[in-house]
Amino acid sequence: MPKEIKLKRGLDIKLEGEADVGRVSPAPCNYYAIKPTDFRALTPKLEVKVGDRVKAGDPLFVNKYRPEIRFTAPVSGVVEEIRRGEKRKILAVVVKADERISYKVFDIPAPDALSGEVVVERLLESGLWPMIKQRPYDVIADPSTRPKAIFVSGFDSSPLAPDYKALLKDEREALQAGFDALNKLTPGAVNLNTQAEDASDAPRGVKVNLFSGAHPAGNVGVQIHHLDPINKGELAWVVSLPDVALIGRFFLGGRVDLRRRVALVGSEVETPACYDTLVGALVGSIVEGRLRDGRRCILSGNVLTGERVDAESFLGFYHTMITVIPEGDRREFLGWATPGFGKFSVSRTFPSFLFPKKRYRLDTNFHGERRAFVMSGQYEKVLPMNIFPVYLLKAILAGDLEKMEQLGIYEVAPEDLALCEFVCTSKIPVQEIVDKGIELMMKELI
Amino acid sequence: MRFLRDFLDKHRPAFEKGGKFQKLHSLFAGFDSFLFVPDRTTRSGCAVRDAVDLKRTMSVVVMALVPALLFGMYNVGHQHFHLAGGEAGFWSVFLYGFCRVLPMIIVSYVVGLGIEFASAQIRGHEINEGFLVSGLLIPMVMPVTAPLWMVALSTAFAVIIGKEIFGGTGMNIWNPALLARAFFFFSYPSRMSGDKVWVAGLPDGISQATPLAEAYQGTPMTHDLGTMFWGLIPGSVGETSTFCILLGAILLIVTGIGSWKIMLSVLLGGAGMALLLQHALPADNPYSHVTVLQHLLAGGFAFGAVFMATDPVTAAQTGRGKWIYGLLIGVLAILIRALNPGYPEGMMLAILLMNTFAPLIDWFVVQQNISRRLKRARS
Repeated sequence: MPKEIKLKRGLDIKLEGEADVGRVSPAPCNYYAIKPTDFRALTPKLEVKVGDRVKAGDPLFVNKYRPEIRFTAPVSGVVEEIRRGEKRKILAVVVKADERISYKVFDIPAPDALSGEVVVERLLESGLWPMIKQRPYDVIADPSTRPKAIFVSGFDSSPLAPDYKALLKDEREALQAGFDALNKLTPGAVNLNTQAEDASDAPRGVKVNLFSGAHPAGNVGVQIHHLDPINKGELAWVVSLPDVALIGRFFLGGRVDLRRRVALVGSEVETPACYDTLVGALVGSIVEGRLRDGRRCILSGNVLTGERVDAESFLGFYHTMITVIPEGDRREFLGWATPGFGKFSVSRTFPSFLFPKKRYRLDTNFHGERRAFVMSGQYEKVLPMNIFPVYLLKAILAGDLEKMEQLGIYEVAPEDLALCEFVCTSKIPVQEIVDKGIELMMKELI
Repeated sequence: MRFLRDFLDKHRPAFEKGGKFQKLHSLFAGFDSFLFVPDRTTRSGCAVRDAVDLKRTMSVVVMALVPALLFGMYNVGHQHFHLAGGEAGFWSVFLYGFCRVLPMIIVSYVVGLGIEFASAQIRGHEINEGFLVSGLLIPMVMPVTAPLWMVALSTAFAVIIGKEIFGGTGMNIWNPALLARAFFFFSYPSRMSGDKVWVAGLPDGISQATPLAEAYQGTPMTHDLGTMFWGLIPGSVGETSTFCILLGAILLIVTGIGSWKIMLSVLLGGAGMALLLQHALPADNPYSHVTVLQHLLAGGFAFGAVFMATDPVTAAQTGRGKWIYGLLIGVLAILIRALNPGYPEGMMLAILLMNTFAPLIDWFVVQQNISRRLKRARS
């Protein structure tokens, strides 16, 4: 048994509306889309036009500068719409699904004959390659490189996140096949970072590491930081556990089968539960008729890193949950002075610290106004990394590449610092700043 | 509160760009967000946010100051009646002090907030909450006899030179309230030190020395440790009662707003240095007779440790940096008290000095993190 790494710093935000993972029902859907905006630093080039017929696994668009990296249709059907935003930026390529999905067939060699090159080639062709991301920078991995190791987080510690065990209950075989394929891609180990209670049924051929602690203990970036931190010039690849199952399913069946179990959670959901759908499903197909009345905010993903969506937009490529919380656009009289019994704060200036077990119905109110950095030591309490977050953020704001490098920009992704943004008294947009830092590094140092 | 909200919404256009009162926009916006928490929602990043904001933080600090302030008012009255003679009940003692201290508070707030509002308007910023605390701290670190125009001038100096030219709350190098006191101290030394400034309405010919002045002159302290702890001694308005300051410290530590690391390390540094001096100085030096407890209870030591050194903007920001910063403040405060020939108190200068060096301390701590990372990359 490996030694458990106990993370002492972090924060579990206890929200109302946890999903009953035992309740699973199908969520039939007619429209699916892949969104170029789900991928950092991607410039898409369309491969289809409106009206084209596609099979599941046919490319919809590719990376303009790396055309071998494809993004393929999750279902068969007709390209219904190319959604565009400002300056004609492509937001989503929408496919109207057939009654029955017909799949493009990929030729998969026998498991023994599967080499690293073939795995890469098939993943690129099938459009599953974008599931493999690289650190530093948290971007889609470069297929011409090989990482020092691959890391997979075995649990999602973010607020209201469903238990992976429940989502992947029937995927044992697929997970094994997925890890077998990943094992061909690195000279180093494929690491599965999990909690002690899940370690016993780990797949074969993976190195198991144990983690415990509050969020962000389940963030793969935090885990890598404690196992084998990334230095300048090094590469590690990361894949989410549900995506490993999809990769495995592909190598078992030779077709792009993107069925995914998604949790619908949050205080504004009537009965939080799980739904069987596909990657890129229409959000409306999952949420419609299942939400409480009132003004609400729908997020693809969790409350810390999720993207705001509406019923007409689509589930994020990497997301396994949809969170619905109340909208907070109300004005409260002297809100900063009231005792604030329903409010949540880690600062102990609100009574919430007296009720550690209580669950909260938090809304999207900003709770204050943007200020300069004033408080110190706040971020460190929720960031279990040996990094000085404020100094890193200031280096990014100053555009000082050398300092960013020295202070650990290679080791962080915006999601790792999301809790810093949550707790910030001055309401600094931490994730946006880290995004900007990564963009700057990629532009200047490639 | 509906009518108030409606009233504000009705008059908002006049303060927007192009409106009749657009020059007062920052004033309106500051007032509006003071009365009603803005309805702004998260658009990117985290969808939910911690309920704390700078207004909440600052109002907790103000609450922590209240015991020391109320006691300070009472003590002003107590010192007056004690020396001027005459019997007075609790309320008339308090009322006397209240009437002496309130004008100082009003002047400090009016001048400081006025400058804050003006500079927010000029720069197009929102008004920062920082001065809510500074404005109360300034009268609390002054002698009660300070003329109001001096309070106004010191406040203006501290806010403009100490804060606004650096960019406002969060960007300043020195604690604004201490800077106000330092300005006062060096500009009008005769009104800030000596034996005649600490008691309001003092009859001619009577003087009253603070415990530190007694130590400085080498006379034995007239007040016992108990009186010094409870605080019925002459001194600046808010600094005398260690007990009330401790109440504030408890609130700051429980809410997590004041750094216990800094408070504790100032205490340790001061106690260590006092102990050292007590034994190391030759017996003819008056400070060899001042005990550790006397040092810690006298003057502004406790007040500085709890409310001044912990200012998050001007203190060290890294965990280890805070320990070093606090220890050095404690050490320097006692060192300045004992070894400089000019004036009896050292806390103010120690804190301002360490404010100056806090970025350097942090630099070393951060540099350690950087070299650890570089070393790891090389191996």
